[in-house]
Amino acid sequence: MAKTFRGGVHPDDQKRYTAAKPIEVAPVPQKVIIPTRQHIGAPCTAVVKVGDLVKKGQVIAEAQAFVSSPVHASISGKVAEIAEYPHPVFGACTAIVIESDGLDEWVEGLPLERDWETLEANAIKDIIRQAGIVGMGGATFPTHVKMAPPPEKAIDSLILNAAECEPFLTADHRVMLEAAERVVTGMRISMKVLGVTKGYIGIEENKPDAIAVMQKAVTGTGIVVVPLKTKYPQGAEKTLIKVIVDREVPSGGLPMDVGVVVQNVGTVVAIADAVQKGLPLIERVTTVTGGAVNEPKNLLLRVGTTFAQAIELCGGFKESPAKLIMGGPMMGMAQCRIDVPVIKGTSGILALSSSDVNAGEEKPCIRCGRCVNACPMGLVPSMLSILGQQGLYETAKEDFDLLDCVECGSCVYVCPAKRNIVHYVKYLKAQNAAAAAKK
Amino acid sequence: MSAETKVEVNQLTVSASPHIRCDESIAKIMWTVNLTLAPAALMSVYWFGFHAAVTLAVCIGAAVGTEYLIQKWQGKPVTISDGSAFLTGMLLAMNIPATVPWYMPLLGSFVAISIAKHTMGGLGYNIFNPALIGRAFMLASWPIAMTTWPALAGAVDGVTSATPLGMLKLQGYEKLVATFGDTANLYQSMFLGSRSGSSGETSALILILGGIYLIYRGYINWQVPAFMIGTVGVLTWAFGGHAGLFSGDPLFHMMAGGLILGAFFMATDMVTIPITVKGQIVFAIGAGALTVLIRLLGGYPEGVCYAILLMNSVTPLIDRLIKPEKYGARR
Repeated sequence: MAKTFRGGVHPDDQKRYTAAKPIEVAPVPQKVIIPTRQHIGAPCTAVVKVGDLVKKGQVIAEAQAFVSSPVHASISGKVAEIAEYPHPVFGACTAIVIESDGLDEWVEGLPLERDWETLEANAIKDIIRQAGIVGMGGATFPTHVKMAPPPEKAIDSLILNAAECEPFLTADHRVMLEAAERVVTGMRISMKVLGVTKGYIGIEENKPDAIAVMQKAVTGTGIVVVPLKTKYPQGAEKTLIKVIVDREVPSGGLPMDVGVVVQNVGTVVAIADAVQKGLPLIERVTTVTGGAVNEPKNLLLRVGTTFAQAIELCGGFKESPAKLIMGGPMMGMAQCRIDVPVIKGTSGILALSSSDVNAGEEKPCIRCGRCVNACPMGLVPSMLSILGQQGLYETAKEDFDLLDCVECGSCVYVCPAKRNIVHYVKYLKAQNAAAAAKK
Repeated sequence: MSAETKVEVNQLTVSASPHIRCDESIAKIMWTVNLTLAPAALMSVYWFGFHAAVTLAVCIGAAVGTEYLIQKWQGKPVTISDGSAFLTGMLLAMNIPATVPWYMPLLGSFVAISIAKHTMGGLGYNIFNPALIGRAFMLASWPIAMTTWPALAGAVDGVTSATPLGMLKLQGYEKLVATFGDTANLYQSMFLGSRSGSSGETSALILILGGIYLIYRGYINWQVPAFMIGTVGVLTWAFGGHAGLFSGDPLFHMMAGGLILGAFFMATDMVTIPITVKGQIVFAIGAGALTVLIRLLGGYPEGVCYAILLMNSVTPLIDRLIKPEKYGARR
């Protein structure tokens, strides 16, 4: 019996466009736009100048702060420009533009070969930091920070989030099918760093082939593959933890408060590559799909490739896109332009046609209760939307647990009145943060 | 690569996530409820004839017309196509005797839509079920006309102008059973609808089928009709008889009056009932208990309308006290 959680929704998973398509290695782009900030935390500063020649894998931006992550050149060539460029998450950000020399040469000494089992935990953490690895599911939290919980938090389990519950996305699915060994190695390295013996891989049942492949790959490692019911948001960190180890992260807390660290599939593969071969995070698998894309694909893209270049590799647009999204359709970020670059957290590039979107005019709440039934956090989303319209963030926080909302969007998906509940929640949270900053 | 990837300025919509929605809408819900209620409305025309058709038309026409005029007058978008005013009209028609003079349902619908719905802020903001407010207004204004029940068009069993509940109140259970022949006949008439009453109250069978379809579609929760009708059954069985405790006739009470219509179609009106399933169960038990209280001890033979309205008034309180179980609440 597959495990599941309370609430959730069942959108059409739309994975049929790309689920059966092997990962295609994109050709080396002529030019890349690499933002100096691709993570949550302190921004990096460029350590190269315009005109410098750089090699693939060379550090081009870094920061001293602990909660930060360095950025590497994703192609070899010349630094053509360092300037403010559009950014898919932060709006705009300093970016380093590299023009390819056509050689695609690694920086000296890479790739190397290393036996991870002989390495100390601290040495591995350092490698992870140097390699610029961040959470590749979209949140882009620096991985070395996640791997170094404070000593008072006793961690006993590592959960690999392989649910991939967002509709359309198949990147993690393909990585598991095509690189199961690296997934397992990355997990084992992470478990060694954390000093835990229990490892779980949670996979939704709509990927039976991945479940079978991973079950085979974990043989003899003690890692357990847990089939999960196909339901959104199965892969939201808190619901995943509840389902797999039956613990509830306390309000305002983190997974480490219940002894768990959760990693994304792409992230552990990046860990394996960094530790075994010394490779920094300069490329990632991204699903390029949506009703407006001619030929949806899973592409291995260099960081800094623009969305436009990626869509061109998929035969361009079939029809005029209504929305361009970074990530999945439930939690991804809408883009206002197509020349934004792929960053470390770009799990998907989604060009939705107007028929995919099905927005409709916002109507008053009719209290049907669908949002209450759908909310995995047990909140009353309808009230948050009404309080949001009035800007009443204090009531929302104190009486309706505003800050516990994970913005999964299940409530908006099911709402017959087409209310933009997540929009109101983000607004209220911003109001609340602004008020807290004033104090 | 020649593929076109040009995107015009301002072509892309930017908004907060999520970017996909299910295909439900308010109009879809309301028209589905209308559709499931329609067979029972047509049955009332079959049982009570032309008069029932006129009452139905006047109620619906006046409800939709009132909403149109109010929204035009206020300069707001006209929302009559969402089916909710239509539903209020149809529900009102099914809650009153088919034979009332035409101007009564006209005013009833006007009060339901103007006062109960639009003075509160329109759809979604009303505290009380508009159709029931319309009915309560009519009962208070024209008590005689509103309690004069039409004979069945075919005059099947010669059941004429008294409703079974009215007979029970004034003449007692024995006389009621005698009128129908025996209890089996009584139950059959109640279930199929060959008895006197408000237009839409008479056929338990058709209303239940409609209600089951709404449950199947997920538009109403089964708990509401189950707990409301169940409460009425238990309490009338316990306290409804003359021979001491547990001598009542629960089957009769469960099928009588407006209970089935009320439990499936009005105690489930999402706008005016609690938002959590647990809260709805409390609501349903309360409405059932109040119905029995009015039927057994009150001045009126039937109490479903007032029971639901009274529970509507405590809905905000129930929502305040009963909230969903939060993730992360237990440590």
